[in-house]
Amino acid sequence: MTVLETSPAGVHDPTLLLQVEGVDKSFPGVKALEGMRFDLRKGEVLGLVGENGAGKSTLMKLLTGIYTRETGEFWLDGSPLTATTPKEAQEAGLSIIHQELNLVPHLSVAENIWLGREPLSGGFFTRPGEQLRRTRELLERLELNLDPKAAVSTLTVAKQQMVEIAKALSFETTKVLIMDEPTAALNDAEVDQLHTLIRKFITPDTGVVYISHRMAELKRIADRITVIRDGHYIDTMPMAETSLDQVISKMVGRAINTSARPENVQDDRPIVLSVSGLSTKALLKDVSFDLHRGEVLGFAGLMGAGRTEVARALVGADPITSGDVVLNGNPVTIHSPAKAAEVGIGYLSEDRKHYGLMLPQSVSHNIAISSLGEKFSTAGFVKDKAMREAAEASRKLLSIKTPSVNQLVKYLSGGNQQKAIVARWLVKDCDILIFDEPTRGIDVGAKEEIYQLLNKLAEQGKSIIMISSELPEVLRMSHRVVVMADGRVTGVLSADEANQESIMRLATHRDDAITHVAEKAEN
Amino acid sequence: MSTETKPTETKVSETTIKPASRGGSWRERLQQLMALAGLVLIFAVFSVASPLIFPSYSNVTTILFSTTVVGLLALAETLIIITSGIDLSVGTVMTLAAVMSATFIVNWHIPVWLGILMTILFGGLIGLINGFNVAILRLPPFIATLAMMLVAQGLALVISNARPIYFDAKEHARYIWLSTGSIIPGTRFPNAVIVLALAAVVAFILLNKTLLGRYDISIGSNEEATALSGINTKKWLIIIYAVAGLFVGLAAIMISARLGSAQPATGLGYELQAIAAVVIGGTSLSGGKGTIVGTIIGALIISVINNGLQIMSVRQEWQNVILGLVILVVVFIDQLRARRAATT
Repeated sequence: MTVLETSPAGVHDPTLLLQVEGVDKSFPGVKALEGMRFDLRKGEVLGLVGENGAGKSTLMKLLTGIYTRETGEFWLDGSPLTATTPKEAQEAGLSIIHQELNLVPHLSVAENIWLGREPLSGGFFTRPGEQLRRTRELLERLELNLDPKAAVSTLTVAKQQMVEIAKALSFETTKVLIMDEPTAALNDAEVDQLHTLIRKFITPDTGVVYISHRMAELKRIADRITVIRDGHYIDTMPMAETSLDQVISKMVGRAINTSARPENVQDDRPIVLSVSGLSTKALLKDVSFDLHRGEVLGFAGLMGAGRTEVARALVGADPITSGDVVLNGNPVTIHSPAKAAEVGIGYLSEDRKHYGLMLPQSVSHNIAISSLGEKFSTAGFVKDKAMREAAEASRKLLSIKTPSVNQLVKYLSGGNQQKAIVARWLVKDCDILIFDEPTRGIDVGAKEEIYQLLNKLAEQGKSIIMISSELPEVLRMSHRVVVMADGRVTGVLSADEANQESIMRLATHRDDAITHVAEKAEN
Repeated sequence: MSTETKPTETKVSETTIKPASRGGSWRERLQQLMALAGLVLIFAVFSVASPLIFPSYSNVTTILFSTTVVGLLALAETLIIITSGIDLSVGTVMTLAAVMSATFIVNWHIPVWLGILMTILFGGLIGLINGFNVAILRLPPFIATLAMMLVAQGLALVISNARPIYFDAKEHARYIWLSTGSIIPGTRFPNAVIVLALAAVVAFILLNKTLLGRYDISIGSNEEATALSGINTKKWLIIIYAVAGLFVGLAAIMISARLGSAQPATGLGYELQAIAAVVIGGTSLSGGKGTIVGTIIGALIISVINNGLQIMSVRQEWQNVILGLVILVVVFIDQLRARRAATT
């Protein structure tokens, strides 16, 4: 074996479970990875962090052979890893669970787990009974509460995630499990379950690479943490001795204040929006709250508490069974998003790709779309120049990073895409903005920018509803916090009253959840 | 084993934006250039194979003339496919509208100009119904227009008693003149081609300069996001289908004027030719992307192939085989390029 031809940074160490050395990868016009390296020891969980675009996904695709590396070496358990397909990587002992789940929605849990490896008789006929037996065995071993016969499409995202993991662990040979943002869609209880599963998987011969944005989780699960930035290796540190601020500053290359508090909290502002008795067929029961001018009103709660549903019902995207909305003292009926936009309420979905952006269109199209009819057209003809100028002005105002407003919006980073949607509603002159998970999928540096943007908007007199699953974010931003559970409002807290404990007490009815949160609160 | 890993100090760029080029317009232009190059290539091949007949003025005129009907239907189809929908009914709705035109003008003796107007509006009405079924009843466009295809086919036969209705060569001369006459004195350049050209210009303006076009593209890119942006997407979908229907109504006039009659048993198959023209022209079946110029080039490619093969005395049956293969190759090349663009 020729060692170290291209890796000046380290020496091949056969006791490591997974070693990556000196990996370069370029795409036309961009160097994605340069001298990338990291190592995973036997029996550990390694946290891997980096901002969006740091090169994590590229690295994963190189490991599984989806991309071919230009230089560099991979070793898995002492032998060189030369997989050219995910299947080969799997056979060599490397399983990857991608951020986007790769399951067939209409097949059952069991069928998904054994897809391509079905137990057969005569090499052609499937043996559903045997497959079911093996699935039950596997789920039992992993202590997963899943129905093997349930169609994957009927499961929650969290359960689907569990199926992916069960699938990865159903390979007897799996030594290294790489998880890319495994908890993006999970609530706290589900995260715990996932972590239990990971600990169960870890033996003296196995290891896990855990890619995540969520620092609190890394603190709980990871033994060491490796930071990468802009395609370069930065540092590796033992988790126990590292503070979050240290990690974050290495990720972004500058220090970030994680203990900031809401700005300009006042309680004597006029009410702009008053919602009472909002109910829907599916979930919401008698939801009432007020929104004041210039306020950031946080909406906290666990997954499925109904926060997004409130937003969608409010803007007329989903039908309501009852409920009154009073806007600036006048009762209004909002039966469609078009009507909501007309009265000045803009909704920014948590799922920008599906409910926010027209990805294949330009930044200026995405900004101007809501105002095309009233601002950027005469007699049905679009005024392209005015539209581009307005987009250009927004680009400057919100410092949207794009070479041009003619750039397709899909090429922008998550944070800049979010800003483009904010610009859409500002151009439309909306006074009430509903942000659903405003920083989901946005990297740490850009998050702070979004927070400042929200504060600035509130200062200018915009009223903001901010739905967030990240408690630090809720506490950081909210002048008041509405807490929901099971489709009801369980409490409204002032900025002074709000802390992780008080919010979680309202968001759950279980006492154990509070202690669990207290554990996290130290971060 | 060392745990010390020293940080690599490297210069880090300020922005995290990938320096991707502005993909939109130049790629579209390249696409059109490819389609145009294909058209020129096919034309050149036939010109070499049949140097005396194929490239002659009269044959080129014939090619353009025979593009009219499919071209008009393809314009309608382009507007709809950009919404990420599809319209399978354009062929038989055209036939039904032609039967209506003959009923108005021949049977009811309505003045020709008014009959024409009513026929175009009739096409728009059917489009409106398609739009209602898609936007309000939320039927998948494939199903909604498949049903309309059958309804229109049947109604055309019912209304005409399954017999052709003939225009009178003298009384309705102006009607027939619309297609086969020539407004340019001294030439025999058919008006039908001019009608198609004007219709293409109108469609181009609609798609590129108006709200209708912007919302069309936006709905095709992401219908849900467009609705959440405060656009009344249901209303606009209905308008788009109705406007497409106007083009189908116009196609009905051109085909009945050319034949001098409404032929109730025809029409099926035109929708597939129209869809083929749109696809060859680079409009994406997944919506959000498409051009009028591409569609017209696509329609011309189909005409050139059909005409060239006829001149070379290839049996009619083979023409569809070759057209099918052309679609496979063109779309494959397009996919290949899209895939390559996606991996970079």
